[in-house]
Amino acid sequence: MSKRSNWSIPYVIFLVLFVVLPLVLVLVYAFQDNQGRFTFGNIAKFFSDRDALSTFAVSLEVALENTVLCILIGYPAAWILSNRKLNRSAVTIVLFILPMWINALMRTLATAQLFTMLGVTLGKGTLLFGMVYDYLPFMIYPIYNVLAKMDKSYAEAAVDLGATPWTAFWKVTVPLSMPGVASGILMVFMPTVSTFAISEFLTNNKIKLFGTIIQENINSSMWNYGAALAFIMLVIIGITSLFNKDKEAEGSLL
Amino acid sequence: MKKFFAKLYIWVLLVILYAPLVFIAVFSFTESKVLGSWEGFSTTLYHNLLTGQMQGNASLLAAVKNTVLIALAAAFISTLLGTVAAIGIHNLKGRRKKAVTLLNNIPMINPDIITGVSLFLLFVFLHFSQGYLTVILAHITFCTPYVVLSVMPKLQQMNPNIYEAALDLGATPSQALRKVLVPELKPGMVSGFILAFTMSLDDFAVTFFTRGTIGLDTLSTYIYTDARKGGLTPELRPLMTLIFLIILILLVIINVRQDRINKQTVQR
Repeated sequence: MSKRSNWSIPYVIFLVLFVVLPLVLVLVYAFQDNQGRFTFGNIAKFFSDRDALSTFAVSLEVALENTVLCILIGYPAAWILSNRKLNRSAVTIVLFILPMWINALMRTLATAQLFTMLGVTLGKGTLLFGMVYDYLPFMIYPIYNVLAKMDKSYAEAAVDLGATPWTAFWKVTVPLSMPGVASGILMVFMPTVSTFAISEFLTNNKIKLFGTIIQENINSSMWNYGAALAFIMLVIIGITSLFNKDKEAEGSLL
Repeated sequence: MKKFFAKLYIWVLLVILYAPLVFIAVFSFTESKVLGSWEGFSTTLYHNLLTGQMQGNASLLAAVKNTVLIALAAAFISTLLGTVAAIGIHNLKGRRKKAVTLLNNIPMINPDIITGVSLFLLFVFLHFSQGYLTVILAHITFCTPYVVLSVMPKLQQMNPNIYEAALDLGATPSQALRKVLVPELKPGMVSGFILAFTMSLDDFAVTFFTRGTIGLDTLSTYIYTDARKGGLTPELRPLMTLIFLIILILLVIINVRQDRINKQTVQR
């Protein structure tokens, strides 16, 4: 049976070639000028580039607001869906995932068009609405998974011992469901920062998010600066994933 | 009363979630160029789409074909690679197991754009010309971790002795693999395949950066270019409506089947 472990070798080679090496290349390109010489210039350029900095700040703000909204709207939904007394059919949860199978760009464009038809001006408000719309299932699903698997007897025990249902919910159910919330945050926050295309469609090109700046630089052959911007994002991902040590919970989407 | 508000909350969310899709579906039955203006009931768009008679927009059908072919190839290869990898990782121990699991997590934590840009730099660095092959390779990269995660639980649930028993009873290792291991892992492989397939179908950012300049379009990149030019191809509306219906039917079938499997396991 020991030889079986060798079966992981092809995949490890694949991961090194297509995951590790590309990330190393991001690092290399980020610290090189277009002649291939080592430089901090690209990173310095970002910190003196007003446009990039303000886009970065806007992206973090939108991502934060989106994440908070997704938790506020998604948590009650996940709780209701996981509660056997309130929801008996498994079909309802499928209904929440179903729209994700339709092309996200198409859904976004339709949302924007729907707003225009209703006479709503495209801007920050519609951007947030569209972001919540796109990412809500990613928040609901991991929370739902944790809540559905949770042993209900803890909360019942708290009530038996004299807690009100409300206290039992806040002191028992919510803390126990935090791994679900954490993986939800991971699936919403960084993807929002890095979104490109969607934000332009939802705001009629008024608001750009960080992903767009990376894309613009890469597409106009400014690879080194684009790589430096990607590197800055990788640093933030590193920081946010430190807050999320429960790696097992990530697989909880589906 | 509590139940009423709970149901109301869920239904309000679902109505908002489905509004754009219903919007597309309703306006797939009118001929207008712009989404949102009604010019009388007509099934012309469906007719155009299904017979391929679109003015200068035959590339939409090519994009659909590319999307499906790329998704099938990526899902098939990542299911194979991921299943073999999962068996290997399952048999690893200690720090090695941790290291490989961590590596497997990286593509899942990375946002699409990082995966796309980093692979773009890789292909540039290796002077690899970008096209179908690079897109498929990129899709395998972000799909395989999910296959590994789908197959792993089946390995953990499996009784390791039954494989040994098959060998003891005279099966060759390849027979034991085909007749014992694979049937045990099949549910995980199937859900891994479906997951990989749908993630590939829906991908935009990674395809965008790895498709090169040969004019390769998937549905996502087609819609993006179309929208940037201003004005979506009207035939996208019936196409999206049909895709939605097909998925709805598939999901109903899967759920009915799942229910039956659940009942069987209860009876056992």
